[in-house]
Amino acid sequence: MGRLSRATWLYIGTVVAAAAFVIARSPHQGIPWSRLAVLAVLFLVCESVPTAITPRRVAWSPGYAATLASVVLLGPFGAALTGLVSAFCLRRGPTVAQRIFNGAMYALSAYIAGRVFLFLGGTVGVPTRDSFPQIIGPFAGAAAAHIVANYGLVAGVLWLTSTADRSQPGGRGVLDLRLPLPDLGYAVFGLLIAALWSVVGPFAAILVLIPLFVARWAIAQFADQQRAYEATLRVLCQAVETKDFYTRGHSERVSKGSVMIARAIGMRPERVEAIRFAGMLHDVGKLGVPTKVLQKTGKLTEEEYAAIQLHPMRGLEIIREIGFLDEALAGIMHHHERIDGRGYPMGLAGDEIPEFARVLAVADAFDCITSTRSYRGARSLAEAIAELRRCSGTQFDPAFVDALVAAVERDDWQTPEVPVSPPDEPAEAAAYDHDDPAVPLRVMGSR
Amino acid sequence: MSVSQDRLATTGLRVRFPRSAGSGQRLSVAATGLAVAACIAQSVGAGVVAPRSAIAFAGLIALGELLRLNLPGDREAAPIGTACALAYAVAIRVGSVPARHSAFQVVAVTGIGMALGTLPHLAVGRPARTAGMASRLLAVACAAFAFRPLAGTSEILRHWWAALAAMALLVMVAWLVDVFIAACIRANTLRARFWVTFTDELRVQGLLGVAVGASALLIAFAAEAMGLVAVAVFLAPLLVTQVAFRQYAGIRATYLQTVRALARVTEIGGYVETGHADRVSRLAVAVGRELGMAEPELLELQYAALIHDIGQLSLQDPIPGGATVLVSPEDQRRIALLGAEVVEQATMLDSVAEIVRQQSDPCKATSRRGAASAAGATAGAGAGQPAGPPLSSRIIRAVNAFDDLVGSSADPGRAASVVDRLRLDASAQYDPEVVSALGRIITRRSVLPA
Repeated sequence: MGRLSRATWLYIGTVVAAAAFVIARSPHQGIPWSRLAVLAVLFLVCESVPTAITPRRVAWSPGYAATLASVVLLGPFGAALTGLVSAFCLRRGPTVAQRIFNGAMYALSAYIAGRVFLFLGGTVGVPTRDSFPQIIGPFAGAAAAHIVANYGLVAGVLWLTSTADRSQPGGRGVLDLRLPLPDLGYAVFGLLIAALWSVVGPFAAILVLIPLFVARWAIAQFADQQRAYEATLRVLCQAVETKDFYTRGHSERVSKGSVMIARAIGMRPERVEAIRFAGMLHDVGKLGVPTKVLQKTGKLTEEEYAAIQLHPMRGLEIIREIGFLDEALAGIMHHHERIDGRGYPMGLAGDEIPEFARVLAVADAFDCITSTRSYRGARSLAEAIAELRRCSGTQFDPAFVDALVAAVERDDWQTPEVPVSPPDEPAEAAAYDHDDPAVPLRVMGSR
Repeated sequence: MSVSQDRLATTGLRVRFPRSAGSGQRLSVAATGLAVAACIAQSVGAGVVAPRSAIAFAGLIALGELLRLNLPGDREAAPIGTACALAYAVAIRVGSVPARHSAFQVVAVTGIGMALGTLPHLAVGRPARTAGMASRLLAVACAAFAFRPLAGTSEILRHWWAALAAMALLVMVAWLVDVFIAACIRANTLRARFWVTFTDELRVQGLLGVAVGASALLIAFAAEAMGLVAVAVFLAPLLVTQVAFRQYAGIRATYLQTVRALARVTEIGGYVETGHADRVSRLAVAVGRELGMAEPELLELQYAALIHDIGQLSLQDPIPGGATVLVSPEDQRRIALLGAEVVEQATMLDSVAEIVRQQSDPCKATSRRGAASAAGATAGAGAGQPAGPPLSSRIIRAVNAFDDLVGSSADPGRAASVVDRLRLDASAQYDPEVVSALGRIITRRSVLPA
């Protein structure tokens, strides 16, 4: 967080003062202290375990279960005291200022939740069989209030601390609004704990949380495997690039360009993810093309040319069995088709070409033009855009060319650095790049 | 028979070969079916106690069976169904009414629920997996016959902590019974040692078992605190667990597919004969199992065997036929090092990279005879490691040589003569133990009809 501004300190001070005020003002009698202690320990445990990140980058926060159980079992004051414990969590990360703020913030939002619970007609205490289903309405209100208060208070502090680097788009200044949904789900577990308290007492909390902690373990394993999987995919596309010096980084950039187009035309996040992989792996079939052909300096014979044209099919052969979206596979297979039907491997035209393939084709050509090749230097962005426009409608889908141009003008494009000639094998550079739209098209059988 | 079983073991989640159930296994499944039928007859004859809760639990068990879960290593679990069945077995009260159903009724309800839940699976053509179901049913029956006589009558169950302890103990016993049976079946079908499969099962099923047990108790107590309606709500924590496990199993399968794709790269690039990586990985896992390796090591061995030739990608020209056994030791070593470099870039595969790196090291760096002069150039690097290459590397070295020499030929005589040749080289080049395990597997394959 670095050094905090005066406004931030003022904000934290206000939150702490508000929390202190509500705690001091509440009546202290009639609180079952042993029950409070159990719930506080529970909350501490929930807050102290390192936060796992689910695939959608949502922090896993079982702490809600404990504070909301306190709302039912102890009332607003008890819930606020439970929330206060957050300041003493055993996790290493937070600074003193963060701890103070977290404690006050949780206390305040738990207190608000408790008030809402009472306001909606909930009764504080261990629920009996008669409490259901009337308790559900007030509890849902309390849970919603808790989450809204929590996110509101945190959003405030994030907004204040991020003023310095707010120029960065997509920084941490904005809270993702998708975050609260799973939390609402976890809040239900608070009701489960409260409901079972009459039968097994504090053990209820343990029984509810055990499956959740096991789930957390599984999610952590999932994240590990996901990382390994992506690393392996990267190895796969690096293996392609060992074969050709000049195309180093090409796969990553095509992946980036395709994602830019996909975002610009408003693809759903899962499909954007799929096209990211498709971009990374689009040339994997070049591994099936003999190195000599890829690096040949002279004019290619017909057979060699055919070998190169086979690479999309080869790529499909390699990655076919990976549990991808089928769309990504189709994209890889057809990324050299042309809108006018003169591409390969199947000569599809227009809308017959899968959408992914049309996106990949634009990104692929764009990166090729702006990169250095052995037979020519890199060209500027303006030249590349002009070239794409020239081929738009014959080779490329105009909609995706427009999308890429718009995205590049907005976010800029990092052109690859000019590669230094490989010192040991200067003659081994290809004289022909199959991605280059400026290279005249050759149709099989013609010359 | 043994060939198809080896396949079953190594293909894991991807391809499911029909499980060739032994006659003993089939017999015990049939016996379980008969026992369930007897229990149904007994409970109907004696009059069904509390039919509403019986129907509710049968419905939940059917739902749980419908939502079966694939765990890593071609295992199957039905966490929700098991938790509900166990909860029914150890329930003390449903609402304010003491639960007086008999153990026979528990088995009958569980059996009917499982059968109902399996029907949709059968309808879409998935296998019934009767062995796993029978094992789960037996576990539930153990808990039921131990606990039902106590429920409602015993003084000790008056206090919640005593009841909790008794219930927790029985749920644990039931889980151990399930694990024990699963380990027996696995040891039998995979020709692995029982103790190894038992610890494997404990490792894989452990945490999920804890979650299932906790949920079983949770459901039993919820039935007491809030009546039947609330029971379904208390499945929520377990449902979260199940979703998380499903994602985990899914990504693990995808990962294995990706490693396979990496293995195919060398084949499609023309460096290696088609099918080589797959055959080596299958045979290597069979050898590893024969030598008593546990599942995590087998998984690493499988990964390493699949991509052991990846280093050849960095070669300018492919080796003729891709047979590394025919090139000089220096080249073998270079390929292994290049391969390890590639593998190292995949973060999780550190140990796999180590296996790939040492695959070309002769088995004993200290006692090199015969081939010593040829391997002289590599001695310097090998001398630093007194223990020699890890078992997985030694297995890959031997199996790779075997496959390079035999190829896709199915001639048992040729396989046997290759094993003999490796045996002559053993102790200098190959680990004698690995070679004799390989020999046993090859003999078994040629004797038994494939």
